[in-house]
Amino acid sequence: MTTDTAQQAQHGLTEHSHGAGAPDHGGSAFDTVASFDVDAHVVPRGREEEWRFTPMARLRGLHDDAPLDGHDYEVSVDADPQVVVETVEATDARRGSSGYVPNDRPSARAWAEADKVLAITVPADVVAEKPTIVRLQGLSAEKAAAGHVVITAERFSQSVVVLEHEGSAAFADNVEIVTHDGARLIVVSLQDWADDSVHLSHHHISVGRDAVVKHAVVSFGGDLVRTSVTLDYAAPGGDAELLGLYFADSGQHLEKRLFVDHNQPHCRSNVLYKGALQGRKAHTVWIGNVLIRPAAEGISTYELNRNLVLTDGARADSVPNLEIETGEIEGAGHASATGRFDDEQLFYLMARGIPADEARRLVVRGFFTELINKIGVPEIAERLTATVERELAIGEGLPAASATPPTATVEH
Amino acid sequence: MSTLEIRGLHVSVETEAGPKEILRGVDLTVRSGQTHAIMGPNGSGKSTLAYSLAGHPKYTVTSGEVLLDGEDVLAMTVDERARAGLFLAMQYPVEVPGVSVSNFLRTAKTAVDGGAPKLRTWVKDVKEAMDKLAIADDFAERDLNTGFSGGEKKRHEILQLELLNPKFAVLDETDSGLDIDALRVVSDGVNRFSASGDKGVLLITHYTRILRYIKPDFVHVFVAGRVAEEGGPELAEKLEEKGYVDYVGTPA
Ligand SMILES: Nc1ncnc2c1ncn2[C@@H]1O[C@H](COP(=O)(O)OP(=O)(O)OP(=O)(O)O)[C@@H](O)[C@H]1O
Ligand SMILES: [Mg+2]
Repeated sequence: MTTDTAQQAQHGLTEHSHGAGAPDHGGSAFDTVASFDVDAHVVPRGREEEWRFTPMARLRGLHDDAPLDGHDYEVSVDADPQVVVETVEATDARRGSSGYVPNDRPSARAWAEADKVLAITVPADVVAEKPTIVRLQGLSAEKAAAGHVVITAERFSQSVVVLEHEGSAAFADNVEIVTHDGARLIVVSLQDWADDSVHLSHHHISVGRDAVVKHAVVSFGGDLVRTSVTLDYAAPGGDAELLGLYFADSGQHLEKRLFVDHNQPHCRSNVLYKGALQGRKAHTVWIGNVLIRPAAEGISTYELNRNLVLTDGARADSVPNLEIETGEIEGAGHASATGRFDDEQLFYLMARGIPADEARRLVVRGFFTELINKIGVPEIAERLTATVERELAIGEGLPAASATPPTATVEH
Repeated sequence: MSTLEIRGLHVSVETEAGPKEILRGVDLTVRSGQTHAIMGPNGSGKSTLAYSLAGHPKYTVTSGEVLLDGEDVLAMTVDERARAGLFLAMQYPVEVPGVSVSNFLRTAKTAVDGGAPKLRTWVKDVKEAMDKLAIADDFAERDLNTGFSGGEKKRHEILQLELLNPKFAVLDETDSGLDIDALRVVSDGVNRFSASGDKGVLLITHYTRILRYIKPDFVHVFVAGRVAEEGGPELAEKLEEKGYVDYVGTPA
């Protein structure tokens, strides 16, 4: 078994990393209730392990009893001609086909209340030529709504699916992603909500035999956006890359939770989430849980979270968690690094005549470029770069983070 | 014809025990057309001088002045100094992941010239400059200094020197860590720069080795934060033989 730890050449980063063989975490991070029954999930109050970072008062009752029967949104679809996109009844057999069982109350509520399912199916052997883009435009955040999406990539298909979220909404949803044998699928979920939106989203990915899945969560706008991604393998040989990009401004809460369940042998997972924060009370949370079960021999996994704190008053929490129940693995490691803007980089660029603002833009753009390239969907790369620029422009007036380390916690 | 004047420069750094004075009154005038070598033992403050000229935030100028053609350099921001015609080749160039060399070079050139270079000639200029410094083509698409070897970083500093074409170049131990071939390539680059017009060079080095390739007009021995002795090229020969023992008491 090999262990790899973080390779960080950055300056000014407080770093946390260790590989396999870490002390036991007690398993508490993995003890969650899974049930379709809403009442099996008690109303969270904010003290619970899974909710301790979330500002409960801003959830608009999505976690409690707020009705989820609103329909103040529009959905538009731009699909590859070979990909089938349909709206089907909640009784459709595809629903539940990922094996997902809701693991918190808002997810169970969304499951119970969603009256329709958006089913996206890539038929067997189809190689889609263009991304299938589904855009959800929220019209009002007054009445909360529930959603359900099932993406099925059949045997040996190849495709890209982009789920875009914009406008105003209070939204709880479940997204099931099912890949069959040998399928190659890229899913990008983009949250670029208006300032008043709240979004609680669960994605569950089932990775088929020898399937290759790339999944990316990109969060820019919204008052509170909390995404939970769970992933397991239906058979050996699967390969999963989980990517995330988030940029929090003043007052925003962006929370990214991950649980990779290595339940099959000879699979691979690679997690990379990168975030930037600016402005007072900008808050990001990253929780990366990876469990390697006794059956998961010969797997390799690596997870990395990096946060760039651009101004004072922002807070990035980052908690990687790796639990290993078999010694017969190829490699496992995780790392988390949260740092302020790097003065040495800034100095170097400015010493070549580049003004401070432009130098900052270059560095932050550079920070995200790696990730945007990894997402590997040219059709949205430009838009993501432009949105990063827009975010940077918002922060231009703000003073840069001071020399003291940002308020960041790294624990495990 | 330009002049860079350093007068009575005192610089300190912040330490846990309070400010610590590193430069204790540096006087030095470099005119275009001249090459000055600054030689000194480790820790004598050579990099401090270089960084202070460039405006690194870590260093605080407590007294003295720096004038570029009469303009107050110390009142300028880091980027303004570069645009005014000062260039610092750093002893330890900084890695900037995600920013490609080509993007960086174009952005810097645009900044110092006050306008974007003509695309076609620029691409050609970059390629030629890279060839002369034996920098492989694929460097243009690599991340700035990221994963570059020590020698590659130094050659890349000289590439910038040639492309940005400042009035004065401060070269902080550009020779250290180079093998003999790389040293020759880098020295040729500096000599091309000097020959390209009225250029001033402040060549900071610990060793006399590079002075076989770059001929200084003046040599300043730098000890404990100030110039301890100055003279012509013959001073370098003396240092070659005896080291810094006369100045610091121990061979350095
Ligand atoms: N933050 C700091 N705290 C304390 N001392 C410092 C600090 N920064 C620099 N110094 C000291 O200042 C002195 C000058 O450092 P400088 O890097 O300028 O020397 P140098 O002549 O360039 O050395 P070298 O030949 O090793 O490159 C050294 O003694 C160094 O230890
Ligand atoms: Mg030095």
